[in-house]
Amino acid sequence: MDFEAVAVRPEVASGERAAAPKIACRKLDFFYGKFQGLKNINLDIAERQVTAFIGPSGCGKSTLLRTLNRMYSLYPGQRATGEILFNGENILDSGVDLNMLRAKIGMVFQKPTPFPMSIYDNIAFGVSLYENLSQRDMDERVEWALTKAAMWNEAKDKLRQSGMALSGGQQQRLCIARAVAVKPEVLLLDEPTSALDPISTAKIEELMTELKTDYTIAIVTHNMQQAARVSDFTAYMYLGELIEFGQTDTIFLRPKRKETEDYITGRFG
Amino acid sequence: MSAVYRRRRIVNGFNLFMSLCAMAFGMAFLLWILWELFAQGVAALSPTLFTETTPPPGSAGGLANAIYGSVVIVGVATLVSTPIGVLAGIYLAEYGKKGRIAVMTRFINDILLSAPSIVIGLFVYTVYVAQVGHFSGWAGSAALALIAIPVVVRTTENMLRLVPASLREAAVALGAPMWKVILRVTLRAVRGGVITGVLLAVARISGETAPLLFTALNNQFWSADMNAPTANLPVVIFQFAMSPFDDWKTLAWAAALLITLTVLIINILARTVFRQAVTR
Repeated sequence: MDFEAVAVRPEVASGERAAAPKIACRKLDFFYGKFQGLKNINLDIAERQVTAFIGPSGCGKSTLLRTLNRMYSLYPGQRATGEILFNGENILDSGVDLNMLRAKIGMVFQKPTPFPMSIYDNIAFGVSLYENLSQRDMDERVEWALTKAAMWNEAKDKLRQSGMALSGGQQQRLCIARAVAVKPEVLLLDEPTSALDPISTAKIEELMTELKTDYTIAIVTHNMQQAARVSDFTAYMYLGELIEFGQTDTIFLRPKRKETEDYITGRFG
Repeated sequence: MSAVYRRRRIVNGFNLFMSLCAMAFGMAFLLWILWELFAQGVAALSPTLFTETTPPPGSAGGLANAIYGSVVIVGVATLVSTPIGVLAGIYLAEYGKKGRIAVMTRFINDILLSAPSIVIGLFVYTVYVAQVGHFSGWAGSAALALIAIPVVVRTTENMLRLVPASLREAAVALGAPMWKVILRVTLRAVRGGVITGVLLAVARISGETAPLLFTALNNQFWSADMNAPTANLPVVIFQFAMSPFDDWKTLAWAAALLITLTVLIINILARTVFRQAVTR
């Protein structure tokens, strides 16, 4: 099968659109050794909007997310070619400071990953990497981040307890708080609710809507209703290619490609 | 009941019986050793073990100098081998991974892990004791450290490999540099396991005799000088147990019991107190 990306830039009603995209992928190819995981991806991620990536398992949506903060660089044998422009700079260049990049592009994973330390320290860990805060400022930052992640009320009385003692949903919100606390510009969410119950899922979805006033969000999800609920733009991927990309309403109500429609209506995938 | 099912039950019963026999055979000898040790050793225990030094034949005495020597020799060996072993383990698990240096290091480490301890003793004797011209506690510590290092390297690496990639990625995703990820997140996640590894290494070296025969040797008198021949429990057992004197034999049993109890306590500590920290 040979698909072509239909739209590089999501079509938006004129005037609504912010000038430059926060992240722009240009001719992005990705390889796991010899296997090509992404094929010629061209796509813009708009600032302060939620962009969702959907598609069947193995379609490359998580791979794409992992290129955006160069997480793949941890693993020898994985490489990306082409361009990923973040604020206009190509982050695939060899000279890029990966730690600084990842401080600006936060990530939350599918499985909650609290560090083996207290709730407070889980959040302070990331903050203290790049900021030298007084105890008081740090306290405030921790409260701020936990509030942002709708965790403050549950966590305020047990800040000194281990983050690993929390429930799955709470752990995931702690991870979101931890990512938010370092004040990144972009948040990458890799199936953040797939291990959670419906109530925790609803809380995290609410959170996304709230967070997008300050952050640019990219989310990978297996749940199409979730993509429809929380995202402004949706990208449908299949076999490493970007099949269709546009405003979420358009993708879900009037998809241009037959493949997209089949997937969304459940006839395929 | 079908024939196939009946046959399966019989085969199952037979195999269960055979493996129980094998277990009983092994356990019997273990229990026999412990029984003999306690029967002979408990009678030999007395407070003077800890207050008096090893006696000349025919007079009363204790093991104070040997206990002190063992503690110091093993202690120094542990202090030296722990940082080296843990750092090397970190290198193998976090940095070297499948690289050439790491693969070679791992291979050599595995050889050292199973190297006969007498060879290690001979090595230290040749490069150190023979050069300076006298036995010493330091040489004993060096030999024991060489035995402990591979154990600590192995357990540290294995423990760090148990850390799920997702935890490492989560720390990296916050912009943490590698050394902070290791120190504050991954090593911390398995600190219980690493401590267990160190304790098991201590247990292993506290009973080693062969390397000490070549290095620390023994000392009939109280001596806190690590640069001189130093008394220690394993060599005392070796010399006293083979002597014709009954009071020496009794002291050897007491020393054997002391070592065994210490190792037992270390093992129990390793498996209970520090175990719980090996979470996920």
